[in-house]
Amino acid sequence: MKKTKLAIGMGVAIATTSVATTLSAAGDMVPVKAMADALHLVMDSDRTIYTRKIVNRLVKKEKVIKASEHFEDDKALVLPAQMFRFGAELVKKRMEKKPDVDFSYSLQSLWPINKQNAPKTKAEKEGLKFVAENKGKNYYTEETLGGKKYFTAVYADTGVAPVCVSCHNKHKDTPKKDFKIGDVMGGVVIRIPIGG
Amino acid sequence: MKHSKLWLLWLTMIIISITTLSYLILEGEDKSVFTPGAMTGGHHQIGVACDACHTSSFTDEDEMQKACESCHGDQRQKPFDSHPQSKFTDPRNADRLEKINALYCVTCHVEHKPEITQKTGLTQPLDFCVHCHQDIAEDRPSHAGMGFETCASAGCHNYHNNRALYTDFLVKHMHEPETLDKQVVPAREFASVLEEIATYPHDRYPVSTLTAKDMDAPAGMSVEKELMHDWESTAHARSGVNCSACHLQGQEGEDKVWVDHPDHRSCQTCHDVEVTQFQQGKHGMRLKSGLSAMTPAQARLPMKEDAHAKQLNCNTCHQGHAYKLETAAVEACLGCHDDQHSLAYKDSPHYTLWEKEMQGDLPAGSGVSCASCHMPRTSIDVSDWLRRVVVQHNQNATLVPNEKMIRPVCMSCHGLPFAIDAMADTDLVQRNFKGKPSVHINSVDMAEQDNNRHLQETGGDAF
Repeated sequence: MKKTKLAIGMGVAIATTSVATTLSAAGDMVPVKAMADALHLVMDSDRTIYTRKIVNRLVKKEKVIKASEHFEDDKALVLPAQMFRFGAELVKKRMEKKPDVDFSYSLQSLWPINKQNAPKTKAEKEGLKFVAENKGKNYYTEETLGGKKYFTAVYADTGVAPVCVSCHNKHKDTPKKDFKIGDVMGGVVIRIPIGG
Repeated sequence: MKHSKLWLLWLTMIIISITTLSYLILEGEDKSVFTPGAMTGGHHQIGVACDACHTSSFTDEDEMQKACESCHGDQRQKPFDSHPQSKFTDPRNADRLEKINALYCVTCHVEHKPEITQKTGLTQPLDFCVHCHQDIAEDRPSHAGMGFETCASAGCHNYHNNRALYTDFLVKHMHEPETLDKQVVPAREFASVLEEIATYPHDRYPVSTLTAKDMDAPAGMSVEKELMHDWESTAHARSGVNCSACHLQGQEGEDKVWVDHPDHRSCQTCHDVEVTQFQQGKHGMRLKSGLSAMTPAQARLPMKEDAHAKQLNCNTCHQGHAYKLETAAVEACLGCHDDQHSLAYKDSPHYTLWEKEMQGDLPAGSGVSCASCHMPRTSIDVSDWLRRVVVQHNQNATLVPNEKMIRPVCMSCHGLPFAIDAMADTDLVQRNFKGKPSVHINSVDMAEQDNNRHLQETGGDAF
């Protein structure tokens, strides 16, 4: 029994060392821009899967359930944008117990349905304008908020499915009613604190 | 000589004062002598125990916040709370935090400040919404010219629960009549989901019908016939809940001992949600804080003289062994409460319905008891994975502001526009809803106006 435990212990130690070496070989730190890009890739992929394989499939193709902003009252699926926001809020909450991890993200638009999601800071305003006018390009900058310095990245959020566009165009609180498929409808803003 | 006597007297007084205060700090339950100002109605019962809120420090805001959340945390989370803490920890809102620090409950709810405390416990000026929503009229033309001190008027906005009466909801229900065709409160769910309640002691008390011959009271203990009969006629006996299930108390891993008068800890074994809620409300919050049970004598509302000494625990209202839910729903309340609203109940149309249900003239759930409104049956998430209809045992959950009652209570039987007006009419509330509302709240009209604007803009292709 003791031998088995010893063998397992050694195995774990070797594995840990090899992982550490790999990390060390790749450099001690991931560049902040690469980190933001990676985070965005995960967020965007998850939301794409949710939009395509859950919402669009069940609502549009199989027609078995609705998706609604008032998902609880309407007994419906949460909208992809809400799913994204709930994720961002859960990340915030879970991060309270992880002092080494710190970043935030939000979905914003120059034409927001909820005006609280309009850009507020200079970086947000410039970033959202930039990604809307320069398709395929991201916006990166640094900004100081509440006395803390951040690396801020803005990624275009494009209306990929007919339902994204039609819902936004018809919503009673929308300031823009002529979105077309493929239009940049908003942007994802990711912030990572940096030294200083 | 005279001086030395005075010195002696002074010294004695000092020693007595220090001893008394030290005793109060270390041993006494009532520490109200140290409070800097009168407590709010929400906390006055536990104000005698400083450490209920000041757990380890008087200055650490984060520690204080933890104490707030230990009681109010469940209600302060999405989807119920539309201004959750996580919204404000986002750096983009750092400038807003400088105006109003929404990360801490005490920013808006300071204790010991009766001179600035409003009925809802708010200690900020009423127009605090202006800090973030100053340009709301641009989005909602119907709001142009309205003062920010009116945001929280009846039927309108609630900082913590904007979900309750949002525009689309008002529009959806705007044409409802005063009373709905179906007027019945939801049925309780406990027995039907028993299998799914992981904490239920299925192994020790499997569901089966028990009778007097199955009783497992200690040998030699005489049990009154009346008690035996009461127990046999309850869902407890019909569901395999034997004497020992309640009367054997003790910590996990210790030998359990028989107690003649079990308290809420016994009930909690199976009714955890209800007991937890009970301890969040005014009836049970002293128990949660480790204080002696609440007595009506300690209440700020008028209570019946002969009820002043009652100790509030589960069995005070539920009557051990008999557990008649009907008694707990009306007579138990009226046994203590002596205010105008309570005294007017038996002269109200709600009570007439209750009497008819009790007489079998109306289906179950048609009557309106005290509990129908103040301890409503609401569908809640009792765990991450299970939702069931629970009798809300925290009677404060829907009490203030009273429009919190509209959706879970009034709308079981009444249309939304009528319910909003009724809850805003304080005289009607005092008369226990005998008569019609004499005030009108504009929220439904404004939502209709906004909807009409949208219909015109879209040519009828709304939502």
